[in-house]
Amino acid sequence: MTGNLRIWPIVLLLGIVSAPLIIMYVFQVIESVAQPQPGTLMPGEINLHNWRFLWQELDRGRPSIWTATFNTFIFATTIALAVCALSSTAGYALSRLNLPGRPYFLGGLIILHAFPTITLIIAIFIVLQYLGLFDTLLGVILVKAALELPFGIWIMKGFYDTVPWEIEMAGVQDGASRFRVWWELVLPQVKPGLAALGIISFLQGWSEFVLPLVLAPGSETQVLATYMYSVIQDDAKLDFGLFKAIGMFYSLPVILVYLIFQKQLMNIYGGGTKG
Amino acid sequence: MELKLEKFTKRFGTTTVIDSMDLTVNSGEMMALLGPSGCGKSTTLFAICGIHRMNGGRLLFGGQDVTTVPAQRRSVGVVFQNYALYPHMTVRENIGFPLKVQRKAKAEIASEVGQMAELVQISNLLDRRPAQLSGGQQQRVALARAMVRKPDVLLLDEPLANLDAKLRLEMRSEIRRIQKETGITAILVTHDQVEAMSMCDRIALMRDGKIVQLDTPEGMYRNPKTQFVAGFLGNPPISFLSVTAGDTLSLGEGLTLARPQGLEASGDIVIGIRPEHFGPQYGTGLEGVISFVEPQGREELVDVRLANGQEVRAILPVGDPLKTGQHVNWGVATDRILAFSQDGARL
Repeated sequence: MTGNLRIWPIVLLLGIVSAPLIIMYVFQVIESVAQPQPGTLMPGEINLHNWRFLWQELDRGRPSIWTATFNTFIFATTIALAVCALSSTAGYALSRLNLPGRPYFLGGLIILHAFPTITLIIAIFIVLQYLGLFDTLLGVILVKAALELPFGIWIMKGFYDTVPWEIEMAGVQDGASRFRVWWELVLPQVKPGLAALGIISFLQGWSEFVLPLVLAPGSETQVLATYMYSVIQDDAKLDFGLFKAIGMFYSLPVILVYLIFQKQLMNIYGGGTKG
Repeated sequence: MELKLEKFTKRFGTTTVIDSMDLTVNSGEMMALLGPSGCGKSTTLFAICGIHRMNGGRLLFGGQDVTTVPAQRRSVGVVFQNYALYPHMTVRENIGFPLKVQRKAKAEIASEVGQMAELVQISNLLDRRPAQLSGGQQQRVALARAMVRKPDVLLLDEPLANLDAKLRLEMRSEIRRIQKETGITAILVTHDQVEAMSMCDRIALMRDGKIVQLDTPEGMYRNPKTQFVAGFLGNPPISFLSVTAGDTLSLGEGLTLARPQGLEASGDIVIGIRPEHFGPQYGTGLEGVISFVEPQGREELVDVRLANGQEVRAILPVGDPLKTGQHVNWGVATDRILAFSQDGARL
């Protein structure tokens, strides 16, 4: 009883502080299926008119939502895979191998992690243009993955640092090559970190807006974020209901991922960053 | 297989940890590298298994030079202090891993793992994971994994340090049994003199990167070369007294001991008296006051403070009640006194 009594004020306080957020989410859902009259908050009649983008073309010249969804999915998945592959190897090298200039690598990682990447956008634009990767999905993927890497490598290095040295020595003594030791003995120990990193990179890719907007403005390479942007930019007929429904559609996978992978994500937030 | 270190030198940066050390471990022998922490015993072990590169000297396995052979291709099994089992594999996979690396057939791996598990008596645990095992069981798995390749040499790095006292006693005889049964050449690194004395054929006592004395446990205990060796071996430890050697050994304050036979030195020297060589069973001779009594069940540890302020330790069977502050006059087994010069060398 006393435990419950003591916890109530905290719950109340948190409730008040997070009420605006919760109300926003609730109305996001309500208004995407039921249009309130202008000026009131009471939901009106329920219909799926706002969700029409799922089965019909909104207007000419706009790609289907499914193209954008597919692009976003490819975009986010490729980024997650690339970040995992490179971070798991680079993190190991920084944690265990006697590289020349290792302290500078580590320092560079932190600087890059803290660097406001948006200031690089012009330079990146020029580089992509020069390489012929401007307005391609591959170009944006490379840029986004590269920007995510410092975080990923740092996290993975932290996880590798917690794996006991002796496991590796034992593996070497058992006759396995250094690569095999890494692949079969060390990598399984950092799996939780790798899983969390993969999920986080996926979500980062899923929610990326500025890079696709600037570096891949064509309609063929639209991702959901830029798709939404182009819907609301359409000044001829402003349709907030439609916008909210697309927003819902866009955030559903994120919510799902969080619900399914809560445990894995806690690994990083909870204690993985002992770097 | 005989193992030989010749002029082994190891440096970390500019510090020389071990300077041209020679060591020969005979085939089938169990040798202890004993010493306080920081004496270079683990460094020696890691050089033998190939994890540390040697800065000088040669390492020979049965006459064959393996100094530059990488760790993977040395025929060495290692048991690490924390066992270093692979947490994501079952016991069966752990023991089988060295064989899997050798690309042996599945059936062959299964039968060899089975034999090994039987030797270390863990056949019923093969499907568990390391986290589900007790310390002693993990130790057995580590031992099985180190030996499944049938290495020429088995290296044990403080294998009992993480076990509780009872298990330690059990594993001590277990490891010795397995070593004898397989006839493998083994090196045990430890800082615990009891472990070294009870498990090994010979002991190499190290200090500051040098082997101070290499002898059988009994030889080293009875006949230490230096004061350091005498002080390191024996539990409870030996007591050292400063004396002036003349016609008798004078401790000051009128206390004297008879001169041991064969002692030629005179002047200020240090003598060592082991606790079992001091007590009422040797008559009288040293007068003092009991300053501390520590019951140990079967025996009692008694500290006696002499009139000159120095303390002598005795270990006695429990019998007459002894109390702190009691006045005693006990004798010393004179012929067992160890004498050292002031700088620690044996006289």
